[in-house]
Amino acid sequence: MSGDHNSMTTLAPSSVLRSPRPRNVIPGFNITMGFSLLYISFLFLIPVGGLLLFTMTQSWEQFWRAISHPQVVASYKLSFGASLIGATINLVFGLLVSWVLVRYQFPFKRFVDALIDLPFALPTAVAGIALVTLYASTGWVGQYFDVYGIRIAYTQIGVVIALTYIGLPFVVRTVQPVLEDLESELEEASAALGANRLTTIRRVILPALMPALLTGYALAFARALGEYGSVVFISGNLPYLTEITPLLIVAKAEQYDYHGAAAIGTVMLLAAFVMLLVINGLQWWSTRRFSH
Amino acid sequence: MSIGVDRINKRFNNFIAVDNVSLELPEGQLTALLGPSGSGKTTLLRIIAGLEQADSGRIEFHGKDQTHEHVSDRGVGFVFQHYALFKHMTVFENVAYGLTVKPRRERPNKEAIRKKVMSLLELVQLDWTAHRYPAQLSGGQRQRIALARALAVEPKVLLLDEPFGALDAKVRAELRRWLRRLHDEIHVTSVFVTHDQEEALEVSDRVVVMNNGRVEQEGTPEEVYDHPANPFVYRFLGNVNLFHARVHEGTATIGDLRVPVPEHSDSKEQDALAYIRPHEIDVLANNESGDAIHAIIKSILVVGPTVRLELQTEHSKELIQAELPKHQFRGLGLLQGDEAWLRPMQSKVFLREEDATNPQESDL
Repeated sequence: MSGDHNSMTTLAPSSVLRSPRPRNVIPGFNITMGFSLLYISFLFLIPVGGLLLFTMTQSWEQFWRAISHPQVVASYKLSFGASLIGATINLVFGLLVSWVLVRYQFPFKRFVDALIDLPFALPTAVAGIALVTLYASTGWVGQYFDVYGIRIAYTQIGVVIALTYIGLPFVVRTVQPVLEDLESELEEASAALGANRLTTIRRVILPALMPALLTGYALAFARALGEYGSVVFISGNLPYLTEITPLLIVAKAEQYDYHGAAAIGTVMLLAAFVMLLVINGLQWWSTRRFSH
Repeated sequence: MSIGVDRINKRFNNFIAVDNVSLELPEGQLTALLGPSGSGKTTLLRIIAGLEQADSGRIEFHGKDQTHEHVSDRGVGFVFQHYALFKHMTVFENVAYGLTVKPRRERPNKEAIRKKVMSLLELVQLDWTAHRYPAQLSGGQRQRIALARALAVEPKVLLLDEPFGALDAKVRAELRRWLRRLHDEIHVTSVFVTHDQEEALEVSDRVVVMNNGRVEQEGTPEEVYDHPANPFVYRFLGNVNLFHARVHEGTATIGDLRVPVPEHSDSKEQDALAYIRPHEIDVLANNESGDAIHAIIKSILVVGPTVRLELQTEHSKELIQAELPKHQFRGLGLLQGDEAWLRPMQSKVFLREEDATNPQESDL
């Protein structure tokens, strides 16, 4: 009894000393947070900061001239316009593809499913050359359009096709898991309440998929905006017509006009930031509106 | 509207879910489909609803063939175990859904819909939740909303699939009493699926006990509980002790005890099992009558006003469970390890080969 008492008195103060501050249950906060910050800095913060600093070494007039040149403005229009059209096409057909992949059984389903990721893995230059071969006026597909006087390669239509190609997996891969998790009971409940198939899709399924669709749409759009490799082959890079903004940045850099390249790059950066804000806003809104 | 189920069969690959089931579910009654998991009760309910197609057989509502009607044309209200409320709609919009999806000609106007929805929400006592979203409600509230939604289209029959299965015990008990009262108010022909015998016995007008895709017994809760048709029903409806018995010309013998079993009057020297519920056993401190079953008290558990005993006897493989009121047990003056004598007040004897038809023995 007295032994117990002794050990109690010696243990009590030391156990108080051992933990002077409350400890986090999950260990390693300091090291993981430190590494994450360093990692993000090297990959992202320092390059972006460098770009902004370098842009600021030029005069305002120089900057304005670089970013407001009609050729550059034409490229903004094409880049943003074609990216929007590509993302919209992907929104519709990406939903269709994920629907087919989730809801139906068919031969080689897993193979088709794997194929969706091809734009992620295939070097974009390879994709660009393949697209140009296919859609040139002598190509497998292009020749049939050529009959009706529709040219695809080396026109803005070609740019849209390339940007659609690279954006598809973003919509499919964000919508697919949500569709898989969608309870079939919701559709059964809707049917039991007398709704026909179309009404069920419009009023039950689409609202449930809306946050995922918006995310996929935004990702596809952002990806298309920055795309370079696959577009430059099919677009033909005609000034004022089929030049995308990333191409102009490369062109300026190749002519040692680093200030001009940085100026346009900064515009793209700001546009990307605005985009991210809008996307986050949309997601916040749709999550509040559609998933309680 | 009565429901007719006529020789329904349904297989999933090699698994026979529903095996030639025929039922008549009378108008205005609340019927429980009771059975263990895999007994085919949910599949049968889904076939009645039209959510599943039977391989063969007919479904009729009030004599009218519904077999090939689509679920959306059958006029059924279906309540799911996990509520299946539309998360992106408010409670009001959920309940109004069935009315707003009607073709324009039949659709009531906005004011009529509002009145109908609010009166249903009052019926389920949740009118104050109209502008909330399902995620802001508790499980029990969600299920009441799901019920209101199903009732909004004035269904001919109401079908509920384990409606209280996802709720905790207390809410479940409250909600089933509430469902009983609600049914007494609205009298729509209802079928609900459950694996909980207490729930089935408490809530329903009729119980259909199912096992392995077949109907084992149907009747009022009292009939089914007091006169189980076979060992499966006996065991499924509550705890039961099994005593080894010999049956000879209408008399079953358990040790020195003799029980008349007129239904087995032409059996000769056959092995049998006597089914006796824990509260149907009289526990005695001595063997004055000379024919009680000898046992040793292994454990004594006082649960509120009742005492649960576990007793060992040579006439049963497992320990015998007995339940008696506390004051009665105190009067006996028995302690753990003491000898005691048992006399069944009521029992049912099934011959051994009948019992062999039941594969669920070890489960229960």
